[in-house]
Amino acid sequence: MRDTPQTFLLDGVPVPFHEGQTILEAARAAGRYIPHLCWHPDFPPHGSCKLCIVKVGGRHVSSCAMPARAGAEVESDTPEMNGERRALLQMLFVEGNHFCPSCEKSGHCQLQALAYDLEMMTPRFNHFYPDRPVDASHPDVLLDFNRCIYCELCVRASRDKDGKSIFALTNRGIHKHLVVNAESGRLGDTDFSGDDLAANICPVGVILRKRVGFAVPIGSRTYDATPIRVVAMQSEDGEGA
Amino acid sequence: MPDPQTASLVDEILARGERRPERLLQMLVQLQEALGYLPADVLTVLAKGLGLPRARVEGVAGFYSFLHLAPVGRYRVLFPDNIIDRMLGTPGLMDRMCRNLWLEPGHVSEDGVASVDTTSCIGMGDQGPSMLVNGHTLTGIDDARIDAICDRIRAGEPVGAWPAEWFRVEDNIRRADLLLDARLAPGEALAAAIALGREGWLEQMHRSNLRGRGGAGFTTAVKWLACRDAAGADKVVVCNADEGEPGTFKDRVLLTRLADAVFEGMTLAAWAVGAQQGFLYLRGEYRYLVEALESTLEARRSAGLLGHCIHGCQGFDFDIEIRLGAGAYVCGEETALLESLEGKRGTPRIRPPFPVTHGYLGRPTVVNNVETLAKTCLIARDGGEWFASHGTAQSTGTKLLSVSGDVARPGVYEYPFGVPVERVLRDAGAEDTLAVQVGGAAGIMLAGYEFGRHIAFEDVPTAGAFMVFDARRDPFEVARNFVHFFAHESCGFCTPCRVGTGLLKGYMDKLADGNGAYRDLADIEWLDRLLKNASHCGLGSSAPNPVIDVLQKFRPAIERRLRSADFQPAFDLDKALERARQMTGRDDAEAHLSNSPEHS
Amino acid sequence: MSDAPKLKVATVSLAGCFGCHMSFLDMDERILGLLERIEFDRSPLTDIKTVGRCDIGLIEGGVCNAENVHVLREFRRQCHTLVALGACAVNGGLPAQRNHLDVGQCLQAVYLSRQGLEGGRVPDDPELPLPLDKVHPVHEVVRVDYFLPGCPPSGDVIFKFLSDLITGRTPRISHPALHYD
Repeated sequence: MRDTPQTFLLDGVPVPFHEGQTILEAARAAGRYIPHLCWHPDFPPHGSCKLCIVKVGGRHVSSCAMPARAGAEVESDTPEMNGERRALLQMLFVEGNHFCPSCEKSGHCQLQALAYDLEMMTPRFNHFYPDRPVDASHPDVLLDFNRCIYCELCVRASRDKDGKSIFALTNRGIHKHLVVNAESGRLGDTDFSGDDLAANICPVGVILRKRVGFAVPIGSRTYDATPIRVVAMQSEDGEGA
Repeated sequence: MPDPQTASLVDEILARGERRPERLLQMLVQLQEALGYLPADVLTVLAKGLGLPRARVEGVAGFYSFLHLAPVGRYRVLFPDNIIDRMLGTPGLMDRMCRNLWLEPGHVSEDGVASVDTTSCIGMGDQGPSMLVNGHTLTGIDDARIDAICDRIRAGEPVGAWPAEWFRVEDNIRRADLLLDARLAPGEALAAAIALGREGWLEQMHRSNLRGRGGAGFTTAVKWLACRDAAGADKVVVCNADEGEPGTFKDRVLLTRLADAVFEGMTLAAWAVGAQQGFLYLRGEYRYLVEALESTLEARRSAGLLGHCIHGCQGFDFDIEIRLGAGAYVCGEETALLESLEGKRGTPRIRPPFPVTHGYLGRPTVVNNVETLAKTCLIARDGGEWFASHGTAQSTGTKLLSVSGDVARPGVYEYPFGVPVERVLRDAGAEDTLAVQVGGAAGIMLAGYEFGRHIAFEDVPTAGAFMVFDARRDPFEVARNFVHFFAHESCGFCTPCRVGTGLLKGYMDKLADGNGAYRDLADIEWLDRLLKNASHCGLGSSAPNPVIDVLQKFRPAIERRLRSADFQPAFDLDKALERARQMTGRDDAEAHLSNSPEHS
Repeated sequence: MSDAPKLKVATVSLAGCFGCHMSFLDMDERILGLLERIEFDRSPLTDIKTVGRCDIGLIEGGVCNAENVHVLREFRRQCHTLVALGACAVNGGLPAQRNHLDVGQCLQAVYLSRQGLEGGRVPDDPELPLPLDKVHPVHEVVRVDYFLPGCPPSGDVIFKFLSDLITGRTPRISHPALHYD
């Protein structure tokens, strides 16, 4: 019953799409990777990280949210777009405290893997070095807010899939941060469980299972041998561990 | 658990709001007014009463700058910090008040009585120095008034008992044209539109070619038509009275002087699109207008101009509710405003879909600016063609300008579109003008060679701000002030705006401290580009405008801030040793660092 | 074999652990080949204490005190090309994890508050460099030409990087050689 697929051009190559598909979805279905951090195949587009920006007819748009249009000329894997994406990554790196050598998520982290893919050699900008205390109150899960990139995947997963609404964002601007659903502000005082989808969806090293850190040796981790542009297209849910 | 008295207050507020989650922000505003801040246990009880996760309630409470999760004193004093306010002398007044009350800006006094802080523009740029105390607007502040206010604060006198003349806000209408001279009688425009029928009325709107006065300039009739034709019977009309653009205050005057016309414009929109529900989203800074606006609404209901069978017309039912914002500039963006109306954090939505099809609670919604709606009354009464005969072909009718800064006569000026900037300057009594910021912080900074340009969508568009700076002023400081504003008001949703406005602020401060280098200018230009290209909404993409303008038009104002042609450290090296000097008691040469590498 | 004069290379560790220097030695016998093209000036490997005019300066570690600032500036003045080598030089690294603490309280805890320190004092000898309130990456203090992240960057990566630089190719390290840990 579907219409015959129409196409748009992604970096000069035709990509078929169906009505209602976004640029990123159609590209992905055609085996073409567009970088992203806050987008997840099981959730509606969020559009906050802006890593998936592409240029359509000279205008910048978020490819995760922009419906594909027939005949559109989309620029994505170009030095210009990748340069801007690298700068967005640099912003995320200086905003938080991202010390990869001491992070359990290193090697499995999408932020880090994308920075490798875009050959980010330096955070370039001046560091904010914010003070963000960790929350170790939960028996099975540690929250290290130093690495949060505000993709809200935990917020969305807990609210829409787990039915718990454990997480929310408060404050605004550069002071925006995660809070948990307890008057004490402690994760241990919520009904959060290590089996929740929200406990297993963080693309960076904020939500960490206790007692399993550094279990996978360097060399065997998700992105050690295979770049994110390949892993993201292979894995069932589109994302690494 | 809150004490019984507080618990019953929460109950009462929940009941008043019918326990509807979309009224969450209104309930938080009411609790804040009653309690002075929002204690953690109150949020817990409120969340339970609304059936919302507590984290979400905390998330909303933390978003708005007029809501506080910790005590801010029995007197919360806020000085507006727009560049115009600074030029009027608010920093000195704030300093005087802090010394009088023995407190540090941003901190509650030790006795818990008061706190003093800054806030974004409160829409009083034509009133002399102004301030907010517990949400009440005070104008015409000088040193003597500061001392008198401090006396009353120390005496514990409630703000409501202070002399009424301290709160007087003048309209300062300096030039009236089509709208301000219209002498509209309540119901007059509505009667005309009803006589035209819904189709005939929309036809007049088309002919008028009226475009949105909030800045974007979208054709109003097209918006109305799209909403009328959208699926869903329960349509909504929203008046955007979140006049947050620094330097703008013409909506304040319209809501004071022509409130009837604003509400009538909303009713005209409802007639065109078939809406039954309307909201006036009023910025928290204009809280003082609520009582008068409510009584205007009540009078209109009594006169049959709101409610059931409006003007005796079967099936024309429409009413208006006032909802208050709580200190968030981004809520002027229409989709952020809708989120806020729904009681959420004011984060702009992904578009498409647009509000005309998916607006308030997913319903087809028209969002129009205060001035746009007021102007529809003229079109209903005098006809679309008559309206279109004023102004220019692409910008029909008149525009209200809020003129402030270095002028003899600050206030509201109404001109037909197409008026040259220099005409406004002359009328307002501006002398030796260096620059004009048109359209607010997000607008454009005009240099002298551009004063022949025209106020119109096709030349210099504006939501209404017109800030004038004479040769004594420093365009760099103007831009830096706006950059601070954007960093403070960024909602934080998208990476480029959340981080980029903060970084930009850091660079501008570095230059202001005399530690800038050419390399910093390259970084600033790169940040400008990222903000422009990658931001989620207009706040981020217009945040670099003032910096770009100064770099282009007033470059020496930036260059004279540069200390070295090459590179300067990101931070003040000598200051970074201050704490260690304190701890060691050292002050020898080795205990200091120069910021300039030649003297290291 | 080129007759071109050898390139002068200086290296230093600021607020670092010398791990990057150890990794440098992991180039093993390739260092001998490299020495046909370069010679060392100031470096922990030569024990030369002052830096002269150099072509390449490799900086390990972030900037945590006044002495680091002086040394870094001296390297910037003397070296044509300056390279931030390793995680700490690139973003402050492990030492920067003290940045959420007040340096005054740190000094107090170390020299005054703990048991057995009664009557003690914070050392005030002008010979001792004062700590900065925060640890910064080197690019926040001087202009930096190249960055080579990693904790440490491997010998292979350092070799590739230097070979590129010496030969005149823009150094380029990509996945999987590029890593931050």
